[in-house]
Amino acid sequence: MAAEKGLRERVRELLAEHGPGAMEPLDFLRARFDAGLAWVHFPEGLGGLGLPRTEQAVVDAELAAAGAPDNDPRRIGIGLGMAAPTILRYGTEEQKSRFLRPLWTGEEVWCQLFSEPGAGSDLAGLRTRAVRDGDDWVVDGQKVWTSSAHNARWAILIARTDPDVPKHRGITYFVCDMTDPGVEVRPLRQITGEAEFNEVFLSGVRIPDAHRLGDVGDGWRVAQTTLMNERVAIGSGQAVPREGGMIGTVAATWRERPELRTPELHDRLMRLWVEAEVARLTGERVRQQLAHGAPGPEGSGLKLAFARLNQQISGLEVELLGEDGLRYGDWTMVRPQIVDFYGRDAGYRYLRAKGNSIEGGTSEILRNIVAERVLGLPSEPRTDKDAAWKDLPR
Amino acid sequence: MTTAPDLLYSDVEDDLRAAVRDVLADRCPPSAVLAAVETATPYDPELWRVLAVELGLAGLLVPEKLGGQGASAREAAVVLEVLGGGAVPVPFLGSAVLATTALLGCDTEDAGVAALLGRLAAGTATAALAVPLSAATGGAFPTAVRADAGGVLTGRVTSVADALAADTYVVPAVGPDGPGLYEVAAADVPAVRPVPLDLTRPLSDLDLSGVTGRPLPSADAAAALDRALLTGAGLLASEQLGVAQWCLDETVRYLGERHQFGRVVGSFQSLKHRLADLWLEVVSARSAARGAADSLASGASDVDVAVCVAQAYVAAVAVRAAEEALQLHGGIGMTWEHPLHLFLKRAKADEIAFGTPGLHRARLADLVGLPRPT
Repeated sequence: MAAEKGLRERVRELLAEHGPGAMEPLDFLRARFDAGLAWVHFPEGLGGLGLPRTEQAVVDAELAAAGAPDNDPRRIGIGLGMAAPTILRYGTEEQKSRFLRPLWTGEEVWCQLFSEPGAGSDLAGLRTRAVRDGDDWVVDGQKVWTSSAHNARWAILIARTDPDVPKHRGITYFVCDMTDPGVEVRPLRQITGEAEFNEVFLSGVRIPDAHRLGDVGDGWRVAQTTLMNERVAIGSGQAVPREGGMIGTVAATWRERPELRTPELHDRLMRLWVEAEVARLTGERVRQQLAHGAPGPEGSGLKLAFARLNQQISGLEVELLGEDGLRYGDWTMVRPQIVDFYGRDAGYRYLRAKGNSIEGGTSEILRNIVAERVLGLPSEPRTDKDAAWKDLPR
Repeated sequence: MTTAPDLLYSDVEDDLRAAVRDVLADRCPPSAVLAAVETATPYDPELWRVLAVELGLAGLLVPEKLGGQGASAREAAVVLEVLGGGAVPVPFLGSAVLATTALLGCDTEDAGVAALLGRLAAGTATAALAVPLSAATGGAFPTAVRADAGGVLTGRVTSVADALAADTYVVPAVGPDGPGLYEVAAADVPAVRPVPLDLTRPLSDLDLSGVTGRPLPSADAAAALDRALLTGAGLLASEQLGVAQWCLDETVRYLGERHQFGRVVGSFQSLKHRLADLWLEVVSARSAARGAADSLASGASDVDVAVCVAQAYVAAVAVRAAEEALQLHGGIGMTWEHPLHLFLKRAKADEIAFGTPGLHRARLADLVGLPRPT
């Protein structure tokens, strides 16, 4: 409790010295970072105070109550959720002090250059090459499904630095300058009509060795930190109220438009309502476990549950709408900064939700992970683990 | 908006779970349950004595001033989870949950009510609530049994769970002044024992005609009965969770050992994916069951919703877990010798107990304002 009191005091001091109304939002965010109130679980001097992650809620609540500007976390999710924890764990002191502050304030947007056209579920099979040239690395290859690439200043990148060893051992992790002339970003239009994502072509991109994260050849291990933190970020969100997700939208339509109701749709609606409520409770249970410092394996299953639910609920919604379900809001190609399920129509939700079981680990891969890591079942026999990457069939 | 329920297990609850598990591991492996189900005493009276008296489980829900443990629905849920995980044939649900909750809804200042609760809590008496196991909360007060001004009953109640192990029945009957609850000595009641689907929870058909009951004073007998059925439904979800978890664990264990085609069967992706899906349903069921238990314990304003959600979801998960377990065990799962069928039968009977998932979804539709088409 003493620590919490101390935290509240620090927030009040920040507000007293840097009244949020009296200065530019960016200056306030910088001051907040320097006061250690950006992410309290980070070390002092790097935007934190070395406190438990759960204490952050105290700060966020106090600042929100005071009407302070935030760093629009949805816009910089990859930086906050993936790049920052990886830099913190593997970065040099220079890298930490150079990158973390503008990352957190949102001055510098980050993106992630992991997936490739030939390396999706089998990410470790990636073929983008990085070749050492003096103090630099020269990178050639193609990345895909990169959100924010067109706004990003920096990217976290994994590339093959040794094709002669098995695939997991020949990868190195870098910070890539997205303003390098060898970086070309092209929008990747998806089935919704818009382009949230990009293809990124890397041609002779030069990365100084000082921008390497972790040891040469250790990139797969570094990338695991990135991916694990992605899952923690999903699990540690705020409590969601009942009907807080997509089910709330369908329920509202059901209540407002009695003429659409049929017994068959009612049966499906109630089944999905129950499943959505149970998934919400499971998310809440994961949150409570994290708050008690005892995360359970449930988090790995949540994405599976929400992917299926989002797809089924949005499918029901389009069907419920009947004639209106025949229409679509807008197919115009745009490049949105964030994914907004609720600002658009049912057809958009239906189409966008199809990606939920593919992005960030397909549901099939997640089932393997649950079966092997949670249930302890053996993996399928594999032929690609010990062979040199260059000898793998492709 | 109510605050979020506490969905974790406390240290006390973890200790309680460990204590009950220890007793069961010593005395009641599934093979022992299987050996007893076709005998005249499917219940294990000695096991019940240890659980009820030595561990004090019979009095968990009874306040300390009435001789009980003064615990809550959360602890009772943990016990049911462990009992479900062994398909254990003891009358905990019928006596320590159903009958006890009905009595706690009566006037506990009344000497007779207090004395009966005291005996139940001490484990010197065991009671059953005389309603069919399929009776659900939210329904009309049962009219199958009537009472005259002298407490003489007329009528029959069928499919009463745990009556076989009880020496006392708590009987809902419509008397001259409306709904009431009556205490009846089991020895006075001719009972027939039908062949149950679930051999580990025997049923009784009770012929109450001509039997004299002692009225149990209560301000609102219908509310007391409804609270008992709501509590039964909410806590049954924890038993169903225990059943589902056993089925999952046993199947994972078996598939990790069995070899076919020169491989561990559990290494085939098609089977792993089925188990991963089942695992997700079981952990989801745990959240729903804990939600119901905590809502019952805390007196949450939306306890009806929490219980309906738990029953609508967890009942089906238990059945699916048992059905998946059977399929994935292959031929051995079809044999009487393997205990799996005890869990399948328990899961299927539990699906009907206190109302089917469909009934709970229908009730939920009213509770959350999603009306069916008119």
